[in-house]
Amino acid sequence: MVDAAIIDEFVTFEKVDTQTRVTLKGNWIIDNAILIDTVTKEIFSRLGGSCETGRALAQTDMMRLDCSGLQKLDTTGAVLVRRFAAHMGEDCEATLMGVPEQNKALLDVITCCPVPAPTEPERPPWYLGPLIETGESVFLAVRSLGRLLSFLGLVLVRLFGSVSEPGRVRLVPVIHQMEVTGLRAMGIVGLISFLIGAVMVNQGAIQLAKFGADIFVIDMLGISHLRELGILLTAIIVAGRSGSAFTAQIGSMVLREEVDAMKTLGMNPIDVLVLPRLIALLICLPLLGFYADIVGVAGGIMMAWIQLDISPANFVVYFRDVITVEHYWVGILKAPFFAAVIATCGCYQGLRVEGSADALGMRTTKSVVQSIFLVIAFDALFAIFFTSIGM
Amino acid sequence: MTDVQIATKMPSSSEAMDNAIVVTGLKTAFGDHVVHDGLDLEVRRGEILGVVGGSGTGKSVLLKTIIGLNHPQAGAISINGRDQASLTTSEERASRREWGVLFQDGALFSSLTVAQNVQVPLGEHYHLPTDLMDDLARSKITMAGLPLDAACKFPSDLSGGMRKRASLARALALDPHVLFLDEPTAGLDPIGAAAFDALVKDLSKSLGLTVFLVTHDLDTLYRVCDRVAVLGDKRILINAPLSEVVHFDHPWVQEYFGGPRARAAGIE
Repeated sequence: MVDAAIIDEFVTFEKVDTQTRVTLKGNWIIDNAILIDTVTKEIFSRLGGSCETGRALAQTDMMRLDCSGLQKLDTTGAVLVRRFAAHMGEDCEATLMGVPEQNKALLDVITCCPVPAPTEPERPPWYLGPLIETGESVFLAVRSLGRLLSFLGLVLVRLFGSVSEPGRVRLVPVIHQMEVTGLRAMGIVGLISFLIGAVMVNQGAIQLAKFGADIFVIDMLGISHLRELGILLTAIIVAGRSGSAFTAQIGSMVLREEVDAMKTLGMNPIDVLVLPRLIALLICLPLLGFYADIVGVAGGIMMAWIQLDISPANFVVYFRDVITVEHYWVGILKAPFFAAVIATCGCYQGLRVEGSADALGMRTTKSVVQSIFLVIAFDALFAIFFTSIGM
Repeated sequence: MTDVQIATKMPSSSEAMDNAIVVTGLKTAFGDHVVHDGLDLEVRRGEILGVVGGSGTGKSVLLKTIIGLNHPQAGAISINGRDQASLTTSEERASRREWGVLFQDGALFSSLTVAQNVQVPLGEHYHLPTDLMDDLARSKITMAGLPLDAACKFPSDLSGGMRKRASLARALALDPHVLFLDEPTAGLDPIGAAAFDALVKDLSKSLGLTVFLVTHDLDTLYRVCDRVAVLGDKRILINAPLSEVVHFDHPWVQEYFGGPRARAAGIE
């Protein structure tokens, strides 16, 4: 309920002969908007439905609203006046009378336009909903995989094409990307590998000690870290660190039409943007993998020394005896493939950005999720492959 | 002599009331690069002031300084009689409700529709019911000369001219007293630019707006502006009606208003 005094501040009703004169007054400005809105709603509910309001009050086909008492009016107020008039005059013509001179121009620019009523959306039966969604997402996934593959094809064509035309690859951006994606990643890759190596030995030793086989923790560390963990962790870190950066850099260039400008200048965006990043990662990821292997094993050596009292010299001698170089090759051979996956996903999603800042964020998320997923999927395929060829 | 200078520098209180924006002794610098030094400017209430100047004279910097996005090294800025430097946080918030800004590229929020863009300031400062917000957004959008179906479109789906209009609708959302426009007609075709000029003029008349307009467009100066301020040599060279400005004796002003484009725009 709204206090009658408050209603009277903005709208008054007077009986003149048989008609009711409605007067608008006071400050119809944005600061009073909430109040005016409740007041007008209250009036309509008191008058009992809107259909006959205007005609019942006016007792003619003309509804006259007296605006001469309006003191201040702004656009919000004008919208409210228009709304009030439209509501009052729903089935008859409402006229605004006595509008103060300074407010005339304002009321003339404001129109209260009715919202076109939307048609009811089509609703499929309940059992079809999930089916449709599943179908659509499978379709989308297949299509985006197809697009990614065709993009990869395009990039490979340019990459191998540049063998015969080496000038096409820009050396300075390649070196710059190597610094950003490789050199500057050494801190975080080293830290994580070291910790994982140490944790592996720590946890492995506890379990293996139950069989009195704790020396085999070195075999375990060597095989799992060199074959799988070292390179996998590195690839995941690089995907999160550089893959996302690729998408964001290229994506914001697309949004600012820099890529279009590049095309008109006769530069191929793949040569300029994608190849340097791809080549830099192809070089840096194996190097980072090698570095992660060494640091991880170093972490293991430290933990073995502390926990099992195996001196580093003994560790290395035993390590050399049990771990063949094949394990190292299995790990490091995967690196270029992971690099290609990360660079392709990152750049592809970047080039697909369109529209808004939201799309950029969505594409960046997609690029990281997609590249980490593909890295792990490839890793699984390689594991089967290397086992079956007996490596 | 000194008395006279002081008298001209310090406007009397009644004059100050007639000025929507008063800038005195403004100095802005980025590092060693001084953009403005001892700049004075008054914008009268209800007028449309056009600010012109060569590239790099700091027109946009001046606008950004007045609206508080840049902090000046020295000088005072007062809008509607309130010194901007001495405001508390809540006063500053209240003061910002009184002006609207149209940025050069529109600066619409790209993840929101046009209607939502217009509703952002409304929702931030007032908690209005949804149906009223929708009505307000629609009326501002039509007021800015956009078709209604633009309301539910995203900024990236609009043409440059429509983005400008949508941005104007957002700038007008809170019923500002002062409107800042940064190159409103840049990048519009002549017909679109003329329509935008007419719109600004109509709105400022019907809403009683004070407009601070940075522009390069001679047509806009000629058609819309009540007065023209020329920026140069790190200060305002002259702030007067266009008919006086064109006779001002300064090489840049003479070149600017004496060129073939100025003649085409119908200036002298």
